[in-house]
Amino acid sequence: MNAASLLLDGLPLPFSPGQTIMEAATVAGIFIPHLCHHPEFKPQGSCKLCTVKANGRYVSACTMPAKDGMEVENNSPDLNDKRRTLLQMLFVEGNHFCPSCEKSGNCLLQALAYELEMLTPHFTQFYPDRPVDASHPDVLLDFNRCVLCELCVRASRDVDRKNVFALSGRGIGKHLIVNAESGRLADTGFSLSDKAAHVCPVGVILEKRQGFKEPIGCRRYDLQPIGMQVGQRPGSEEGC
Amino acid sequence: MDRDPRWLPEMVVADECFDAISVAELLRPVVDLHRRDPGRLLQILREAQEILGYLPRPALTAIAEALDLPRARVEGVAGFYSFLHLAPVGRYRVLFSDNVTDRMLGSVELMDRLCNRLWVERGKLSEDGLLSVDTTSCTGMCDQGPALLVNGQVLTRLSAERIDRIGELIRAQVAMADWPREWFHVADNIRRRDVLLDARWSAGEAVRAAVVRGRERLLGEMKLSNLRGRGGAGFTTHTKWESARRAASDDAQGRCYVVCNADEGEPGTFKDRVLLASYADLVFDGMSVAGFAIGAAKGLLYLRGEYAWLLPALLENLARRRHNGLLGARVCGQPDWMFDIEVHLGAGAYVCGEETALLESLEGRRGVPRIRPPYPVQEGYQGRPTVVNNVETLCKAALIAVRGGAWFAGLGTKQSTGTKLLSIAGDVASPGVYEYPFGVSVDQVLGDCGAGNAQAVQVSGPSGTCLARHEFARRIAFEDVPTAGAFTVFGAHRDMFEVARNFAHFFAHESCGFCTPCRVGTTLVANCMDKIANGSGSQSDIGEIFRIHRLLHAASHCGLGQAACNPLFDTLSKFRPAYERRLRSLDFAPAFDLDQALSVARRMTGRDDPAAHFGLGAGVQRGEP
Ligand SMILES: Cc1cc2nc3c(=O)[nH]c(=O)nc-3n(C[C@H](O)[C@H](O)[C@H](O)COP(=O)(O)O)c2cc1C
Ligand code: SF4
Ligand code: SF4
Ligand code: FES
Repeated sequence: MNAASLLLDGLPLPFSPGQTIMEAATVAGIFIPHLCHHPEFKPQGSCKLCTVKANGRYVSACTMPAKDGMEVENNSPDLNDKRRTLLQMLFVEGNHFCPSCEKSGNCLLQALAYELEMLTPHFTQFYPDRPVDASHPDVLLDFNRCVLCELCVRASRDVDRKNVFALSGRGIGKHLIVNAESGRLADTGFSLSDKAAHVCPVGVILEKRQGFKEPIGCRRYDLQPIGMQVGQRPGSEEGC
Repeated sequence: MDRDPRWLPEMVVADECFDAISVAELLRPVVDLHRRDPGRLLQILREAQEILGYLPRPALTAIAEALDLPRARVEGVAGFYSFLHLAPVGRYRVLFSDNVTDRMLGSVELMDRLCNRLWVERGKLSEDGLLSVDTTSCTGMCDQGPALLVNGQVLTRLSAERIDRIGELIRAQVAMADWPREWFHVADNIRRRDVLLDARWSAGEAVRAAVVRGRERLLGEMKLSNLRGRGGAGFTTHTKWESARRAASDDAQGRCYVVCNADEGEPGTFKDRVLLASYADLVFDGMSVAGFAIGAAKGLLYLRGEYAWLLPALLENLARRRHNGLLGARVCGQPDWMFDIEVHLGAGAYVCGEETALLESLEGRRGVPRIRPPYPVQEGYQGRPTVVNNVETLCKAALIAVRGGAWFAGLGTKQSTGTKLLSIAGDVASPGVYEYPFGVSVDQVLGDCGAGNAQAVQVSGPSGTCLARHEFARRIAFEDVPTAGAFTVFGAHRDMFEVARNFAHFFAHESCGFCTPCRVGTTLVANCMDKIANGSGSQSDIGEIFRIHRLLHAASHCGLGQAACNPLFDTLSKFRPAYERRLRSLDFAPAFDLDQALSVARRMTGRDDPAAHFGLGAGVQRGEP
């Protein structure tokens, strides 16, 4: 019996039972844009950057189980255009000033914007008012850059077993909260050694006093575009 | 823009009035009543709010501790639902229903009137902390609007005089129990009856009929009937029941559930309200029939928060059924069948009508739609096989249990068997609930309800289809114009752009915020519509709406986002002039108006001379030597 396989952009892609389209592609070194997906955590399916067309229907590659004979379209002008629009939405929804952000070069959002050739934010900026939380001795929370991927929520809940982070609000008012009546990170059980301290794909959860230790220009996505780093662990930030 | 509620100063001050120990004491009876069950978190939060007026921070901490939940999870749930408040909202919380039909009946002017009388700004707590006035999504009273909710109680048929009286009663701080009772009257307004609305059986008739037929034959009748879901998607009910039953039988304990979807959130829909108010026995019979068919021991009815006024009668009915042996151990004398029904209240979230968001809400979480597969028939409530059906679907199932599948299949059309309840409102002489066999033409319905000069009908609410005059020969049926029940008529004098703008704001307000396209896209589109309404729109904004429509349709996580731009797409395709006459130019025009931006500075400096203005006049001025 032949191993199960699907067709990804016309090329056969084998997969093992239970794998999602994203997992199968990652193993084969094929890049499907993603933001809320992380191989170590339960799929979330919220950013929709991984939207692909499977047998003619738009689905999320990170949550859709691979099926034998499935025809999947990934790298097409239509899909990349949709992904670009999603990125633009994420950029205008928060406050992202890449040139002054200490995550620049290590940021998944920024790397995707380069990869998908997003040249402008296009939409009118929302400029939300999101105060920074600097209460914790070791970690700074800059909510301005949160893309609501829930990786910190999942890491703190499923790995650290602390439930430091959660989401509140609804719709465009949805926002990240921490597990304290005061609303301050210092009053939670959060520590720098938590998994959740190291999963944020953008510049929200930042270790203090490390800011520009690694110079801009030598950072992960400065060295090689994201599309060529498939399968390397996200979060492992290798500098010069 | 989305100011973080944690930092609102009025909240911090108010919270100081509550000390942790006394709050925990106050809430103990509530958490104990719900057996400290985290699954009942939403119910607990609702009841805690009834005691405290809102949910101060110490209350969330106390509830989290009592339920042994992370505090952030409790806060996350409290922050999701429109009817739960993290900041004080006053002793009188007035919410005007903001459906387009309420607006057509003058709700906006009535709200302004009340705000002026009571010196309160919309959306803000009055200075004395007595009241707040705001809007809420459709309250399901379109046939007797304009309507509003005061502390969860519904008042219908508002008029200027009534608004003035309400203002007086609030100012005099008269308890709501002493307000005139007739203000709270909700009429059924049944205008056309067919097999369902004519059924006047005693409680339990359908359950007894199902038991007599036995499970297999009952399922056979369901199959024969070809009943399809009345909640929107039109899925075959028999297939759903059969799958759940099979999934449950794979498990040693065979636990599975029946859920009745009484969220009825689609603006313009109110037929389930009438069924719950006057045909509750048929609804509960239907749930029991479904429970019998799949072997469930428990049924849950999810009642939208807007219909909380129906709760006492529903609970009384359930108690009666228990007393009469229709619920509990040995239902109808069957030694091996126990079945009971619980009612859960929602708290103001349209998305909770989506079946998987509903299940999340039933389990006491934020109403965010789940990833599918797995489907609820495989893994639903508490991970067990679950049948989710609309109120009307379950009533139809009860009819089938009594009268058989062949009888039912003989009604309506071949692909759309049986009858359908329509909630008719808008520019018609007789708004109300009409029951028709499937296949009825839009024209006939319009004639029956007295729609004089209709230019458009929104079928199935904002998520549905907008039909223009040339389409009125089409038929209400799954194979032609499917509907969940709403049928909103717009006379020739109505502005279809404003209709679509109302819908755009509805979706932006109700998006759960889970997925990027819907969370951001619905707000972008609502802003775009406002920009056009303000006269600064251009052709490029229309292009923008189409582009976002395509994205939301393709990439949204659930039906809400997928359908969110439908009304704009429809009205743009069919009523384009309503948009174009508002456009400032056919090219790009910025939303940002430099001169407008200077107005604050002008006000502060008390200037209004030409040099304090940008634009044409000012340019000429500056050009002078
Ligand atoms: C955003 C959204 C809102 C919905 N609201 C309702 C509702 O209020 N009532 C309802 O019965 N179904 C609603 N549905 C459909 C349900 O998901 C589900 O299909 C239905 O309850 C199944 O019951 P049925 O097969 O009897 O129609 C909604 C769906 C979506 C996507
Ligand atoms: S803080 Fe970072 S990891 Fe957490 S939700 Fe926001 S973007 Fe994601
Ligand atoms: S489409 Fe909208 S309502 Fe549905 S999951 Fe996405 S954000 Fe939530
Ligand atoms: S990566 Fe798939 S939805 Fe975010």
